[in-house]
Amino acid sequence: MMRRDEALRVLARHITDRDIVLPVYSTAFDWLDIAPRALNYTAHGAMGLASSHALGLALGRPDRRVIVLDGDGSLLMNLGTLVTCAAAAPPNLYHFVCENGTYEANGGHPIPGRGHVSFTGLARAAGHRAVHEFSDLPNFEQQAAAILTETGPVFTVLKVTSSGEQERDYGRIHGRAVRQAFKDALKSD
Amino acid sequence: MEERDTADGLSGESILREVRAAGVSFVVSVPDITTSDGLLRPLAAGTDPRLIRICKEDEGIGICAGLAHADKRALLLIQHTGLLDSINALRGVACEYELPICMMVGLLAKEPGVAPRQSKQYGVRIVEPILEAMGIAYHEIEEAADIPKIKPAIDESYARSRPVALLIGRQPS
Repeated sequence: MMRRDEALRVLARHITDRDIVLPVYSTAFDWLDIAPRALNYTAHGAMGLASSHALGLALGRPDRRVIVLDGDGSLLMNLGTLVTCAAAAPPNLYHFVCENGTYEANGGHPIPGRGHVSFTGLARAAGHRAVHEFSDLPNFEQQAAAILTETGPVFTVLKVTSSGEQERDYGRIHGRAVRQAFKDALKSD
Repeated sequence: MEERDTADGLSGESILREVRAAGVSFVVSVPDITTSDGLLRPLAAGTDPRLIRICKEDEGIGICAGLAHADKRALLLIQHTGLLDSINALRGVACEYELPICMMVGLLAKEPGVAPRQSKQYGVRIVEPILEAMGIAYHEIEEAADIPKIKPAIDESYARSRPVALLIGRQPS
């Protein structure tokens, strides 16, 4: 098993300034420390919807890669997104799920079916053809760049452990200034 | 079974003309009985706007938000039951984040000619009070004379970056 922040550092090496990244909750706090960048989109408004926002962005901006850094608890709240995204099939959508088996942001309680749910199985059954899973950091390091050059939608599970204690300033992900900064950054190009 | 009343003049074609005139390039939808034949079927047969079929209405709120950020206008075509199911997403995405989520909402089983607030259907009666409580603008679309409200409502939603609901009170022909 790899730590979430280690996996995110690997991914960050392959993200360009043009990519739009949508990190979710606990993953977001790690990501904002590892890769503070103008095109981080963190204000999703309701748990589970990050991949839906991402689909809209991918459809509306086919000139950019759109990369979701989802959580397993978040994805469980919106499983239909797997079907919707597979059907809409934007080639520029990359959906990563950090699977740690817990609702980390809400007290660390286990997700339902912890250890028995296959998110890659769900994605394949929903129609995704490009599906990956990693629990080993060196293996992910070898494959990360290639995954982001595949034609999307690409669904990837990262089996991780928590990164440890986090300072959770929700203003960093929900605040008006943050939201405006993203809008300005996307419009400026 | 109550006879379905497709009122003179509320044509799906006219509604779609207004939607296209408002620059909508995506329609995001879960099928709604009221608008299924008059709107969704013709939309599905064409490519402009592009139809994105979704599993659940709150997904659509997120998708429309992403499209808004990408400067693409979108319409969420749903049933009022789906609107009610999406209140939290509307609260967070549309209201608190001040985004132009435009919804066209079929009022299932509303009696033709009866104001939504006077409907015998509980779910229909509570739609407008809920929208008002949330500060979401809405317009009743039931007769031909209501169709010219559609484009200005969508334009205003994008100009102000605020949500709007267009409530379809009977089946378009």
